Amino acid sequence: MSIKPINRVIGKAVPILGDDIDTDRIIPARYLKCVTFDGIGEFAFYDERFDSEGKPKKHPLNDNRFKDASIIIAGNNFGCGSSREHAPQSIKRAGFNAIIAESFAEIFYGNSTTLGLVCVTLPKTEIEELAKTVDANPNIQIEIDIEREVIRAGEKVYNCGIKPSTKKSFLDGEYDSLGVLLKNMDKVKEVEKNLPYSFA
Amino acid sequence: MGKNLFQKVWDIHKVADLPGGRTQLFIGLHLIHEVTSPQAFAMIKELGLKVAYPNRTFATCDHIIPTDNITRPFADSMAEEMMQALEKNTKENGITFFGPESGYQGVVHIVGPELGLTQPGITVACGDSHTATHGAFGAIAFGIGTSQVRDVLATQTMALNDLKVRRVEVNGKLKPGVYAKDIILYLIRHLGVNGGIGYAYEFAGSTIENLSMEGRMTVCNMAIEGGARVGYVNPDEKTFEYLKGKKYAPKGENWDKMLSYWESIKSDKDAEYDDVVVFNAEDIEPMVTWGINPEQGVGISEKLPIDDNPSFKEAYEYMKLKPGAPIKGTKIDVVFIGSCTNGRIEDLREAAKYLKGKKVASHVKALAVPGSTTVKAKAEAEGLDKIFIEAGFEWRNPGCSMCLAMNPDKLIGDQICASTSNRNFKGRQGSSSGRTILMSPAMAAAAAVTGEISDAREVFELN
Repeated sequence: MSIKPINRVIGKAVPILGDDIDTDRIIPARYLKCVTFDGIGEFAFYDERFDSEGKPKKHPLNDNRFKDASIIIAGNNFGCGSSREHAPQSIKRAGFNAIIAESFAEIFYGNSTTLGLVCVTLPKTEIEELAKTVDANPNIQIEIDIEREVIRAGEKVYNCGIKPSTKKSFLDGEYDSLGVLLKNMDKVKEVEKNLPYSFA
Repeated sequence: MGKNLFQKVWDIHKVADLPGGRTQLFIGLHLIHEVTSPQAFAMIKELGLKVAYPNRTFATCDHIIPTDNITRPFADSMAEEMMQALEKNTKENGITFFGPESGYQGVVHIVGPELGLTQPGITVACGDSHTATHGAFGAIAFGIGTSQVRDVLATQTMALNDLKVRRVEVNGKLKPGVYAKDIILYLIRHLGVNGGIGYAYEFAGSTIENLSMEGRMTVCNMAIEGGARVGYVNPDEKTFEYLKGKKYAPKGENWDKMLSYWESIKSDKDAEYDDVVVFNAEDIEPMVTWGINPEQGVGISEKLPIDDNPSFKEAYEYMKLKPGAPIKGTKIDVVFIGSCTNGRIEDLREAAKYLKGKKVASHVKALAVPGSTTVKAKAEAEGLDKIFIEAGFEWRNPGCSMCLAMNPDKLIGDQICASTSNRNFKGRQGSSSGRTILMSPAMAAAAAVTGEISDAREVFELN
C-alpha cells in the first residue's frame, strides 16, 4: 500500500466563507444513496448552488472566475455534522486538493486527510485577507507548503496550522492509514486475545 | 493522580504508537449500516483483504428504510440497491445482520444497547456520527467515515489522535418538564458547536447520574453536535441493571467477571481532567433551537437573541424568524418524534402520556417513529400506538426516517418541523428550504397539540 507523499498543493482558490458549514450543506442527504462514491463530485454544495428548481444561485462555485479552483478557503468549524465520508469525497471528486479554513470539525478533518485532501488552518483575519486577495485576483496561484507549514499567495507568506501527525503522514505518503495498520496485525491479535470481552 | 475512564479504556485497547503520534486503537465492537459500509466492503475486496473479526461486527439497516411500506423491493431503487449490498456483504463475510425479519432491526444506536452489545469499558466504532450514544454505558464510541470503516473491517483497529477529556458536570434537580434533551441543548448552547473539538466529554454530576439509561443516551448522542469526538457517562448500578439479561450481555460466571472489569474502568475519584465545567440543573428550562445549528437554541420563555453576527443573520434569513421575537407561538407544519436521540421507549411513553385524550392540530402532520422493532413492540404492548393514532399521529415502522430524510419521510418546501432529532442544519429534513426546530418529546407533543411552538409545561399543566 504505497502512496505518493504530498509535500505541497498549488492551485487557484475559491472562497466559500461562513462559519459552521455542515456536511449536509456540503452534500445533501438525498445524494448519499449510492454504493460507490463515483460521480458524487457533481453534487458538492448542491443546495447552496442551485434552488429547488435547479436554477443556479449566487454562489462562489457558480462564479466563472473560480471555475478552475482546486483549493477552498473556508471559515470556522468547516465540515461539522455528520461522519459521512461522502462530504470530503464529494469535495475531492469535485476537483479540490486542499481546504484552508479557520478551523475544521474533528471527524471531517480526519476523513479528508485520509483521502489526501490537505486541510490547513489560518487565523480569521488572515483567512479574510486571503479571501480578499483571491477575490481581487482569481488567477493567483496559492501554494500550500506542508513541510514548512506556510501558504504563499504572491508576495505574501502566511504561517498555517497542521496537526503534526497529519503533516508527517502527508510527507511520508502514509496518510491513508490502512497500510500502517496492517503492519501491526500480530500486535492486534495479542490485544484482542487479552480483551476481557467478546460477543460470541 | 488517578485516571479517568477514557484514559483507562484507551490504554486497554491500544495496539501501537503510530508514526506522527497517532495511536492504533483496537475496536471491540463494530456496528455497520447500509449507507456508509458498501464502499468500505468494496475497498477491502479490491485490496484482497478479509473482514478480520466478523464476530465483533454487527449490522442493521436504518437510514434508507421506508417507515410505511417495507415490502421488497423498496419503491426507491437506490435504497433497494443499498439494502441488497448490505445483505450480500454481511452474508459473504459471516457478519450477523439484524434485518427487518430478525425482529431486532432499528436505528443502529438503539439496537446496540437493546441487544446488550453496548457495554461499559468497550470501544465502539460505527460509520455514523451519533455513535457517541453508546458512551452512555461507559463505552468509548467513535463515529467514523467510510475509509475508517474499511480500516476497522480489515484490521479491527483504527488510527486516532489522542483526545483531551473535559468533565461536563451538571448538578441539582431538573425542574418539571425538563428532560435529557433540554440538558444537552443547553450544554451545546453554552459550550458551542465547536467547543468540544479535540475533546472527549465525560458527562457527570448528580443530574446526569439521576437520568435513566435512555436519558444518558440522549445526552451522549448529541456530544458530537457540541464538537466532541466522544461523550460518555461512568457506568453504575443503573447501567448494570439495564444490561442484565440482554441478548449479548455476559451471563453466569462471566457476568461476575465482567462486573469487576466494569467497576475497574470507572474514572478514579482523583482522576485528572484537561478541563472541568460545571452547570446547575435548575438553570435549565425546556429548550428549542431557532437557527441552523444546534448551538442556536433558547429556553422556551426567552426571546430570540439580537446579534449582528453574520451566522445569526444567515440563520434568521433561512428560518424566517425575527430577532427579538418570542419563539413561542411560531406556527409549525410537521411534528417528528423519533431518531437515535429520542426514539426510545421512554421518549414514546413521555409523549404518549401527554397526548392521551388530546388531538393533533388540524394543520399539522405528525409522525411517531419508534427507534427499533423492539421499541415498537414494547410500545404496542403498552397501547402507546393507540394513543398516538387516536391523537392523530401516524404510527410508523422503525428507522431514521425524517431525522435526515434519506427515506421517503421528508419536509416539503419551507415547512417547519418540531423535531426530536439532533440536527437543525439547512435542508436536513429532506427539503432544501425545510426548517427544523429541535426539542424534547414532551415539547414536540405540545407543539403537535397546539400547532405552534409551545411550552409543554403550560399546555400539559406541569409544575
